[in-house]
Amino acid sequence: MTDDFANGTEIEVRGLNLWYGTNHALHDISIDIPKNSVTAFIGPSGCGKSTFLRCLNRMNDLIPNCRIEGNVNINGEDIYSKGVDVVDLRKKVGMVFQKPNPFPMSIHDNVAYGPRIHGAPRKEIEGIVEYALRSGALWDEVSGRLNTSALDLSGGQQQRLCIARTLAVKPEVILFDEPCSALDPISTSKIEDLILELKKQYTIVIVTHNMQQAARISDYTAFFLLGDLIEFGRTEQIFESPQRKETEDYITGRFG
Amino acid sequence: MLPNAKINEKIAFTLLRMAMGLVVLFVFIILYYIISNGYSVISLEFLTSMPAKRMTAGGIYPAIVGTIYLIIGSMAVALPLGILAAIYLNEYARPGKVTWTIEMAISNLAGTPSVVFGLFGLAMFVKYMGFGPSLLAASLTLALLILPVIIRASQEALITVPKEYREASLALGVTKWQTIYRVVLPSAIPGMVTGAVLSVGRVAGETAPILLTGAAYFLPRLPDSVFSQFMALPYHLFVLATAGTNIAQTRPIQYGTALILLIIVLGVNAFAIAIRNHYRKKMHR
Amino acid sequence: MFKRNEMEKGVESLLFISAVAAVLALFLLCLFLFRDGILLFKDYPLTGFLTEKSWYPTSLDPRFGLQPLLFGSILVTVGAIFFAVPLGIAAAIYISELASPRVAGILKPLTEILAGIPSVVFGFFGLVVLVPVIQEALDLSTGQTALTGSVMLGVMALPTIISISEDAISSVPRSIKEGSLALGSTRWQTIHKVTVPAALSGISAAVMLGIGRAIGETMTVMMVTGNTAIIPGFPSGLFEPVRTMTATIALEMGEVPQGSEHFHALFAVGSVLFITTFIINIAAGHIKNRYRFRL
Repeated sequence: MTDDFANGTEIEVRGLNLWYGTNHALHDISIDIPKNSVTAFIGPSGCGKSTFLRCLNRMNDLIPNCRIEGNVNINGEDIYSKGVDVVDLRKKVGMVFQKPNPFPMSIHDNVAYGPRIHGAPRKEIEGIVEYALRSGALWDEVSGRLNTSALDLSGGQQQRLCIARTLAVKPEVILFDEPCSALDPISTSKIEDLILELKKQYTIVIVTHNMQQAARISDYTAFFLLGDLIEFGRTEQIFESPQRKETEDYITGRFG
Repeated sequence: MLPNAKINEKIAFTLLRMAMGLVVLFVFIILYYIISNGYSVISLEFLTSMPAKRMTAGGIYPAIVGTIYLIIGSMAVALPLGILAAIYLNEYARPGKVTWTIEMAISNLAGTPSVVFGLFGLAMFVKYMGFGPSLLAASLTLALLILPVIIRASQEALITVPKEYREASLALGVTKWQTIYRVVLPSAIPGMVTGAVLSVGRVAGETAPILLTGAAYFLPRLPDSVFSQFMALPYHLFVLATAGTNIAQTRPIQYGTALILLIIVLGVNAFAIAIRNHYRKKMHR
Repeated sequence: MFKRNEMEKGVESLLFISAVAAVLALFLLCLFLFRDGILLFKDYPLTGFLTEKSWYPTSLDPRFGLQPLLFGSILVTVGAIFFAVPLGIAAAIYISELASPRVAGILKPLTEILAGIPSVVFGFFGLVVLVPVIQEALDLSTGQTALTGSVMLGVMALPTIISISEDAISSVPRSIKEGSLALGSTRWQTIHKVTVPAALSGISAAVMLGIGRAIGETMTVMMVTGNTAIIPGFPSGLFEPVRTMTATIALEMGEVPQGSEHFHALFAVGSVLFITTFIINIAAGHIKNRYRFRL
């Protein structure tokens, strides 16, 4: 596949198949995801884009009867090989979910949660919290009330808090699973600006059902349909000159 | 619409209302009799003095103490065991024969009559393990009796913790147990406390199991070790009402004991519900 | 990192052991109960236990006939169910279909109070209030009858029947009820032709559990039924004293030498009681699962 990524390849997937019980949900997916750029997964609902995303940090392990075959190499390491520690993997590959899911704790404790558990020294915690909240573009709004409940924040603020919480663990890759689908347009554009800022330091993969969003923020786009990866390439190319009929039909709005 | 159908509906609804009224009436009649006859007996002295004159006078102090010991003893065993079991079933167990067997055992323990638990306690703790009729034997028996109650209540509390909390924590590279300990349990604790407190009410009111495992008809002193026999409120009430030295003369003491028992059990239940409502409001804020 | 995984495994094992404790408890319960029960049949024939018509445990030629106790339990339970089932189901229908949410919010905790009252307090109430009332109203020689026990047990089984039936009725989908109302049925026709039949398996489970509760109840029946071990007639037996299996165990165990024939006989009765409630629980669970599946 494409080897012309400016910053090299972060994730290599080869021949990935996934079954929920007897339902074959992902068919033989192979894809390279570039470092320090934004890759968007698009496709109609049920196409397998979120399922595939969750293969990249092994969140599918939590689902009973889920079986996976194939290779996923992140920075050269096969994350499905036997000796891999799933917990370490998830430290390296962070995830932000569709629905903002802050813990029922203070803003501060939400961000400090990961570093504390991973054994960061007490005196470094405050620094990490501030760094993460600044990087998450939330510091200016909450610096005066770090000890109030995270559940009192607005939806958009909660989502940025969840991003900050992920950043505090210092991942290499951040997976976004439709992070704006529950947010208003203003909050959405803040998150999009933030993602563009974050790609300087992190490899970003984002699942979205919003094609405009993919066009606005991603460098590369992958189009999924019914468990197949139909087409993958630079975002301009996918949107302007799709190679496959299915992609074109989706882009031009002939799918639901 | 046929006029007949209208009339039938009127009759049926009237009957339903009467049935409901009758149920409510039962509740009030029982509470009324116990409260109106018992309240004049209760005084600080009644609560803090020993029975006197072959239990025809004096107070119920040793029975209160015995019941408190039973609560402490049985909760000390059943609470940790029940909560740990519930965590296993909700967070770790995968559907299969083993889980099915555990669930089936819990349901059947929950439906086993308390007198059967008494027989078991007698055979195993009193006789086989040699504890004799004692606080220890009775507490262990009651612990098994309330184990299913605590497991079920804790499971319900764990189910209400949103799946999102677990996913968010796991996605941060936090282990399963750390996730449970730091995120799931803090959210589930109010529900678990409610279940625990409800089972305190159950321990305080059970009679048949302790009757077979160590409750004493009368003791001139408080229990001084876990191997001592003990008095307890429900058994004391039973003894006074059916086999006392003078049933008619001790009627006021019986009402007083019944009222204290009722206050403990219903008070504890009301307290549990108050905790639940308090935290429910807080969570939905 | 090696240590962290060890820790996770250790915690999981500890939790698993705690969960298995419930299975172990049930296993030990069966073991100890049956072991002491079966020892009866070393000296006393099983056929005697099952067919003998009398329970004379302390006479010179002791008789350990299960029948008077078994039929005593059945009579009192049947009486309780006849009284509690219609009343409980009617109250459940009222709470879920007629009462406003506010009224239902008051009625539900009110019926739960019944579930909280200790059985010995029910027994005491029955003894001092209901026994004299029944004696005078029916002009009997004693008010301590099977009927008295049935009434008290019925009241005690009410909260179980009401709360589980109410759950079942409330979980009938609205669309089904609206479908019926839209055809021009009255609310009552909808309730008894559509809603209640749809909730029937849940209601049956409630009744089963109510029976389980009633047959296993000890203190209340012991205090109000007079405890005479005679095979009761039907329905005349309702107005006479009876002796249930539970009451027999609780009454006699205190005065029995441990390890004696009589001691083992009481365990044999306990085993019968346990097997009975075990079957009822399994059946109730089975019925309940089936209806959960359907809705």
